[in-house]
Amino acid sequence: MVLLGRSGAGKTTALKLINRLLIPTAGSVAVAGRSTTEWDPIALRRSIGYVIQDSGLFPHYNVEQNIAVVPSLEHWPRQRTVSRVAELMELVGLDRRGLGSRYPHQLSGGQRQRVGVARALAADPEILLMDEPFGALDPITRSELQDEFLRLQQRLRKTVVMVTHDLREGLLLGSRLALFEAGRLAGVFSKDEFARSNDKTVQQYISPFRHQAAL
Amino acid sequence: MLNFFYRNRGQILTLTWEHLWLVGVAMLIAILVGVPLGILVSRRAWLRKPVLGSTNVLQTIPSLALFGFLLPAPWLGERADRLAIVALVFYALLPIVRNTYTGILGIDPAVRESAIGMGMTDRDLLLRIELPLSAPFIVAGIRIATVTAVGVATIAAAIGAGGLGELIFRGVAMVNDQLILAGAIPAALLALFADLALGFAEKRLRTPQ
Repeated sequence: MVLLGRSGAGKTTALKLINRLLIPTAGSVAVAGRSTTEWDPIALRRSIGYVIQDSGLFPHYNVEQNIAVVPSLEHWPRQRTVSRVAELMELVGLDRRGLGSRYPHQLSGGQRQRVGVARALAADPEILLMDEPFGALDPITRSELQDEFLRLQQRLRKTVVMVTHDLREGLLLGSRLALFEAGRLAGVFSKDEFARSNDKTVQQYISPFRHQAAL
Repeated sequence: MLNFFYRNRGQILTLTWEHLWLVGVAMLIAILVGVPLGILVSRRAWLRKPVLGSTNVLQTIPSLALFGFLLPAPWLGERADRLAIVALVFYALLPIVRNTYTGILGIDPAVRESAIGMGMTDRDLLLRIELPLSAPFIVAGIRIATVTAVGVATIAAAIGAGGLGELIFRGVAMVNDQLILAGAIPAALLALFADLALGFAEKRLRTPQ
C-alpha cells in the first residue's frame, strides 16, 4: 500500500500511527486486529520493520551490527544472528565479505539504504513501514533500488506501507494507492482506478507528472 | 629554581598529592551526580531552565566567596577538605551537566527515530545509542570541569584544605618567588596533563560521521 500525496499532506503522520510513534487523538489504529493503544508499544514496534529516508543507521555500529539490532534486542543466540545477517546481506545485494565490517560513513547512499532495509527485515516482521526510503538517492541509484525492492517484495510477500510523493514510484511499487491531501484521505485506489479516476484531487496530483512524462 | 624543587621535593610531592586528592574526589562525585542529572534533563524539558540556572549561578560565585559562604555550615565547616571538595563539586557540575544533556540532544534525530521505531526501550536507547554517541561530549565537559577544578583547588589552601595553593599563598605572604612557583608550576602541569589526557580520550571516543 503506497501512501501518496504532496509534502505536508499527512502521509508520514499516518505511517507513524501504525507503529505508535504517534498516538491518535481521535479514533483508533488497529494492527493485527488490536488497537495500537492496546499493544505494548515495544512489542508492536519490534514486530514491524521501519525504514526511513536517511536510513538512520547507527554511526557507531558497523553494517553487521546495524542489521543485527533487533535480534540483539530480542537476545537471539549468536549463531542464529550471524546466519540471519549473512542471509539478509545477500538478499539486499550487499557483499558480506567486503562490507560487513564497514561503518555507515564508509558506505554510499545506496548501500546505506540497503542496510536500512536489511535491518528492518532482520526479525522477519510481517509488516514493513517505509517513509520515502529512496528519496535521498540520486535518480539512477533510486531506480536500481526500486527495481530490486520490487523483486524482493515479490519474493517475501510482506505487508508493506510506503510513503512517497513520487507518483511513478507509487505506480511501480504499489498494489494499492492511498492519496492524501491536506491531512485527509482523498481515496484508496488500485493502479488502474487511479489512472482513470475523475476525482479532482487525483487529477490535480497527476497533472504535474503528466507534464514531466511528456518530456 | 630546580635546586629549590629538589630540596623541597618531599613537601611539594605531599602537597601535589593532596591537591590531586581534592580534585579527584570532587570530580568523581561531580561525574556521579552530573551525568545522571544531565540524562534526566535531556528527558524532561521543563528541568532544563531550573537545573541550568542553578548550576550557572553556582559557577558565577567567586571561588573564595563560595568557600567563605560554606564555612559556617554545620557539617561542612568542620573539615576544610570536606568543604573544599563540596565547593569543587559545585564548580564542576555546570560543564558536566550541560555537556551531557547537549550531547544527548545533539544526536541525529534520524538515528533516534530509527532506534525508537525499531522497538528500543528507553534503557536500550540510553545505553546503546545515547551514551555511546554523546560520550565525547561528556568527556569534553569532564575535561573542562577538571581543568577548572585544578585551578580552583589552589584557592582551597586559603581555608586550610591543603594542596599546592599553600605554597602559593605562603610565597605571596613571604614575597618569595620560588615558593610561589613551587606551587604554581606543578598546579599548571596537573591542569595541562588533565587537559591532554582527557582530550585524547575524547578523540578516541568520537564516532566518524
